Amino acid sequence: MNGSYKDYIRNFCIIAHIDHGKSTLADRLLEKTGLVSERDMKEQFLDNMEIERERGITIKLQTTRLVYRGMDGKEYILNLIDTPGHVDFTYEVSRSLAACEGALLVVDATQGVEAQTMANAFLAESENLAILPVINKIDLPSADPQMAIDEIEEMLAIEAQDAPQVSAKEGLNIEALLEAIVHRIPAPKGDENGKLKALIFDSYYDNYKGVVIYTRVMEGKIRKGQMIRLMATGKVYEVTETGIFAPDHVPVKELKAGEVGYITASIKQVADARVGDTITDHQEPADTPLPGYRKVQPMVYCGIYPAEGEKYEAVKDALEKLQVNDAAFVFEPETSTALGFGFRCGFLGLLHMEIIVERLDREFDLSIITTSPSVIYRITKTDGTVEMIQNPSNLPPAVEIAKFEEPIVKAEIMIPNEYVGSIMEICQQRRGRMKHMEYINEKRVVLEYEMPLNEVIYDFFDALKSKTRGYGSLDYQFIGYEPSRLVKLDVLLNRELVDAFSMIVHESKAYARGRFVCEKLKEIIPMHQFEVPIQASVGTKVIARETVKAYRKDVLAKCYGGDISRKRKLLEKQKEGKKRMRQFGTVEVPQEAFTAVLKYDDK
Amino acid sequence: MMTNKLGLYLHIPFCVKKCGYCDFLSYPPGEGEKKAYVSLLRKEIRLWKGKTDCPVDSVFFGGGTPSLLEGQELEQILECLRDVFVFEKDCEITLESNPGTLDEEKLRDFKSLGINRLSMGVQSFQDDILRFLGRIHTADQALTQFELARKAGFSNINLDLMFSLPGLSMQGWEKTLRRALSLEPEHLSYYGLILEEGTPFYQAYKEGRLGQEDEELDRRQYWYTVDTLSGRGYRPYEISNAARDGLACRHNLKYWSLSPYLGFGLGAHSYFEGRRMENTRDPRAYQRALEEERALSEEGECPDGFFCPPCVEKLHLNTRREDMEEFMFLGLRKTEGVKLSRFERRFGVDFFQVYPDQVKQLKGRGLLAQEGDRLFLTPRGIDISNSVMCEFLF
Repeated sequence: MNGSYKDYIRNFCIIAHIDHGKSTLADRLLEKTGLVSERDMKEQFLDNMEIERERGITIKLQTTRLVYRGMDGKEYILNLIDTPGHVDFTYEVSRSLAACEGALLVVDATQGVEAQTMANAFLAESENLAILPVINKIDLPSADPQMAIDEIEEMLAIEAQDAPQVSAKEGLNIEALLEAIVHRIPAPKGDENGKLKALIFDSYYDNYKGVVIYTRVMEGKIRKGQMIRLMATGKVYEVTETGIFAPDHVPVKELKAGEVGYITASIKQVADARVGDTITDHQEPADTPLPGYRKVQPMVYCGIYPAEGEKYEAVKDALEKLQVNDAAFVFEPETSTALGFGFRCGFLGLLHMEIIVERLDREFDLSIITTSPSVIYRITKTDGTVEMIQNPSNLPPAVEIAKFEEPIVKAEIMIPNEYVGSIMEICQQRRGRMKHMEYINEKRVVLEYEMPLNEVIYDFFDALKSKTRGYGSLDYQFIGYEPSRLVKLDVLLNRELVDAFSMIVHESKAYARGRFVCEKLKEIIPMHQFEVPIQASVGTKVIARETVKAYRKDVLAKCYGGDISRKRKLLEKQKEGKKRMRQFGTVEVPQEAFTAVLKYDDK
Repeated sequence: MMTNKLGLYLHIPFCVKKCGYCDFLSYPPGEGEKKAYVSLLRKEIRLWKGKTDCPVDSVFFGGGTPSLLEGQELEQILECLRDVFVFEKDCEITLESNPGTLDEEKLRDFKSLGINRLSMGVQSFQDDILRFLGRIHTADQALTQFELARKAGFSNINLDLMFSLPGLSMQGWEKTLRRALSLEPEHLSYYGLILEEGTPFYQAYKEGRLGQEDEELDRRQYWYTVDTLSGRGYRPYEISNAARDGLACRHNLKYWSLSPYLGFGLGAHSYFEGRRMENTRDPRAYQRALEEERALSEEGECPDGFFCPPCVEKLHLNTRREDMEEFMFLGLRKTEGVKLSRFERRFGVDFFQVYPDQVKQLKGRGLLAQEGDRLFLTPRGIDISNSVMCEFLF
């Protein structure tokens, strides 16, 4: 040790299975280091978006700088970097991890190693982080710390005998944990006098400052006034502020190699400051960027339509606002015969899509309808022109299609070995081709598959999680296009095509899918005054059919004793129900129909 | 025949025992409770002294079971009403009754008080059905009481009947209807069973003990009733009511015609001077409000000097649009439907300007028909009247 400032920095993240106490532990660390007083403490400081709390996942990161005076009397700066938690965001997780030297692996003493514990531990290992196991919830009567320790050692092959045993809830042994962080997580390396290389691991848009970049400086320094270049986009900006998270933004003169903080540079949208990109000096740029950058691209598209037509502009405004903060989200206007004016939107995956839809509802109070999600297909027409199709409705007639190609991904699936059989089965059902299989240790297996993306986006992740009782993890990457026997599945209500339900499926799945959609719609479409046939067709061929019976009566007899209030309420409710319906020709379809037909589970 | 004369409704919340399908405000009275209630009712009525000179042409004792009251108690109420309000000479005075609570003497008493219309809750002439419903009387008792009512001099009698009941076959209903018609009542009400939340029937239905509702049979029984009554010289003048010419229930028509009425007693409703009022349903609150004359509703003081009795829990001044909505969805219950000229007179605006698309659409779907000035439900429109009526809400 040469007494460098870096010796007193520890950059780490906390990884855990859902509910194993990650957020509570983070809160406790904040509190013990005096950053947030117990009184001001909001429940779970780190998870701050409502949707995140409800789903128990983290989407937007919170990063915090703790100051801890160690037993040695020295003051340490502990940068706690949060990580998101879903396959749609695996890439973001990997960039957050890349900003750290170590990870606290939190394991619930009553539950032991579970699902994401494993997946996350593996991710952290692949980023070469020092892993510090932490046994949490030791205050609970059913706690069995030794069991948790044994499981960590056995299942993850991580030494855990010395793991700090804490209760984040009760604040037990938090000092011991802080000491362990100081002693067992390495100090950052990097030369503060080298050429600037700083990793962008998150960013968000601030109304006053523009994009705020969360960064970990690997080499060199960054300070206000400096001209910087973002190596992937090539764009040049002048730094307007550098600062640290304490936990609110506190400006500092500069950020040096090994430090974590934020910078602002009058950047207009987060798409210009992409996660994984390298910040360097414009005058004296680094020779090579930091490894691991991937341009995040939308993989899944769907139509988003205002539930009430007149809200088009409001939806547009909201999408624009969401986009400045979300580099992976794109949209453009489109129209649907059934739904009118709306937008074609691109997402990382289905969860990303659901989050955007939910945010439109909660943050902007907009009720919207989404159409079946689709990947981007490549069509070569008989005249030789090539079209990229994001919307099934834009598919040319079958006779004009010479080649129909779909995107293929390389999927890496990590699972405990006892699930290999059942996972291979679901991969096969989804037209996967196994490329490789490897035992990481005697308990864990990585399966590598090539799979059509449209099989992955619907419910593959959910199926994987449920088949492995949560222990499986998935990462996938686009590798290219391949010709495939695909067909367009249409839905007709009362013999009229409803374009919003159209989807592209593999020929072999069309029947099952068609049946499913018809059955689902039958459940959801209310009885009308007439019979409503629901048909699924491929081309002109009807492949599935259901019928919603006509209702015979809808009459309420009394307004007893002149009490009309009940009658009024009933009629108002009925009227309100009608408003939530979409009218297709003569058929009224509740909005939830559009999401319900997506919840496909081919058991 | 639409007048702006006033109707009076008196709620008598007492029953010998609650029926399984009933969700009205009613319960068996405690010791001395009837007497106390009558005295509160009189208190409430007296509050209106000098407040309106609008003539009264209908009085309706509903419940519960108003025939549980003694003649003397009814007399006290009527006396009080006559003292406070201006009665028309031919005022219709209806009393709802349960055949299980009547006898010759009571009927004679009722008649002598000026009650000129008797409504009998017969419901069925099948004893197994009556037991199933939880009624306290048999079919024979109903027949006997009807004859006694005639003997007592009631020349305007209504029978309430229920169809679309679990266990009631088409033949069973035809038989009940035949028995009813053999008595030659002046008026018939026929209600399909509605499973109201909170009733034992609803619970039983939820738990699958009542079987499925059979909409097809419901409609068959309903239209059989309408056709049979029409063939027998009755005029179905409203979705669930038919009467001999000139004997339609004046009081009930007020509800469908957006005419004014005042309700007295627990949970009673009023529509008066454009306001809808609702009395408290809580017996203790009702008593307190009247004894201490302390208003339950904060809106008790109306800026325009409108009088709101203290026992009113909800007071709402209808907007013009609400009046229009109610004019439509209530009016369409009448077989003759709504008169467009009446709408235009009342609201001073062209009907089709207010409802430009609805009528065209509903006519196109065969649910609504127009003949000259009248807009009315077609038979199919009657079957699904709610979905037609809700189109007239804004």
